[in-house]
Amino acid sequence: MSNGYNEKVIEVFSNPKNVGKIDNADGVGTVGNATCGDIMKIYLKIKNNIIVDAKFQTFGCAAAIATSSTATEMIIGKTVDEAERLTNADVVENLGGLPAQKMHCSVLAEEAIREAIKDYRAKQK
Amino acid sequence: MDRIYFDHAATTPVSRKVLDKMMPYFSDVFGNAHSQHGFGRQAIKGVDEARSQVAKAIGCLPNEVYFTGSGTEANNWAVKGAALAKKAKGKHIITSQIEHPSVLNNCKWLEKQGYEVTYLPVDSEGFVIVDELKKAIREDTILVSIMLANNEVGSIQPYKQINEVIKQYKGCLYHVDAVQAIGAIKVDVKDIGCDLLTLSGHKFYGPKGVGALYIRNGLKIEKLIIAGAQERSMRGGTTNTPAVVGIGQAIEDAVANMDEYSTHCQTLRDRFINRVENEIPMVKLNGPRANRLPNNANFSFDFIEGEGILFRLDLAGIAVSSGSACSSGSLEPSHVLQAMGVDIVLCHGSIRFSFGSANTIEQVDYAVEKLKEIVKFLREMSPLFNLNEGESKNV
Ligand SMILES: Cc1ncc(COP(=O)(O)O)c(C=O)c1O
Ligand code: FES
Repeated sequence: MSNGYNEKVIEVFSNPKNVGKIDNADGVGTVGNATCGDIMKIYLKIKNNIIVDAKFQTFGCAAAIATSSTATEMIIGKTVDEAERLTNADVVENLGGLPAQKMHCSVLAEEAIREAIKDYRAKQK
Repeated sequence: MDRIYFDHAATTPVSRKVLDKMMPYFSDVFGNAHSQHGFGRQAIKGVDEARSQVAKAIGCLPNEVYFTGSGTEANNWAVKGAALAKKAKGKHIITSQIEHPSVLNNCKWLEKQGYEVTYLPVDSEGFVIVDELKKAIREDTILVSIMLANNEVGSIQPYKQINEVIKQYKGCLYHVDAVQAIGAIKVDVKDIGCDLLTLSGHKFYGPKGVGALYIRNGLKIEKLIIAGAQERSMRGGTTNTPAVVGIGQAIEDAVANMDEYSTHCQTLRDRFINRVENEIPMVKLNGPRANRLPNNANFSFDFIEGEGILFRLDLAGIAVSSGSACSSGSLEPSHVLQAMGVDIVLCHGSIRFSFGSANTIEQVDYAVEKLKEIVKFLREMSPLFNLNEGESKNV
């Protein structure tokens, strides 16, 4: 495909992991992308401060789908603090890069995870 | 199933017959068509024949046909060349909001040079609103450039009514981008009443990188590519003989086969539209149901993004386009759909399917089945869709 995506991105986009929602999630984050108007929703299941499950739903492009799949995989098993430190650059690196005009898509997952953690913390109080 | 190509509005393969006609001109008949010797004369014979073929196809004289390096170049030439030639008369240009970038962006460039441009709106089906043209046109309007048929939604513009309006304004030129129309509908410059008309070879089974501009006899526009005596001193650069020979044969064949070709495409297109509308919920056909190019279908799928559909179809071996190929590098949803007032979310989820000679009913049916799976999969992934669960039970 001459769409500028590398093979890993296409592979992840074709078989994304952690798609869907978690009923009774401990934290839910929804963000919109200022650049393209697309939307991302992340659900977290958290036990003893560890992220035991993460799922996403997106109205977004192939890059948004691939980055959210990878980002959710990267945070499962991490502590909440570790997950909060995950950046879009980490996710893009894991995917072996994204076309320049698609970098903004990777921000969606990062921001949605942070929102979900914020939601989780608010619920803890 | 072999790979399936449903993107004929982006480009078509060169037909066998056209290819055979072109082949000798690469190395046997390699002469420069402008040379004074036998080699050159052999080449110019091919070019002359092609010029006659194009002229016959669009109902003009051979000396009204100028070959260019693409449809894009012909549009550049028509718009800039007319604007520069007529600037003493006025600096107002009218075009539509749904033109190809090769017209739109030239108009934007002219605005920077001190011209004033009116971008006519279109209705919800993608037709230019002729009353708006009546309101916009004035004594200092020097050019109206409106395409014959839109490349994204296939709407065939009301060119007769448009010409009726323009005719009232003496000295106002009428340019028509007919790139998508050749071979699909009748294109006759006298019938349209235009002064300038653009063609591109690769949209009707001819080669890429060759186009033509019809310039009505008696009309003088400024040159775009300035050099020597080629194309009667109107367009510089050594003639691309194989490509020119190719576009000539291709247009002759396209016009000869038009009825059969458009019926074939329309049969596939209508079956596709019917099945998609009946079997996939929450879809919207973009563009009109009548006065539409026979090979064009364009759908928006609620709650999902076009790129996901496009790539998944590609992985299944089915080639389509989202918006238009030229703008797929940009993030802006299609300017055509936006001009038609299509909801911005639906613009994001739009896909164009354009059919052609090698397509079959079996391919259409296979694509519909794949599309059903893909849309279902992506909708399950969509937060927007899940907000709408009430109405999505049976999807
Ligand atoms: C309506 C329209 N005009 C102009 C062009 C440009 O033609 P070309 O690809 O030959 O530059 C295209 C296709 O790309 C088109 O669809
Ligand atoms: S273009 Fe919007 S998420 Fe990628």
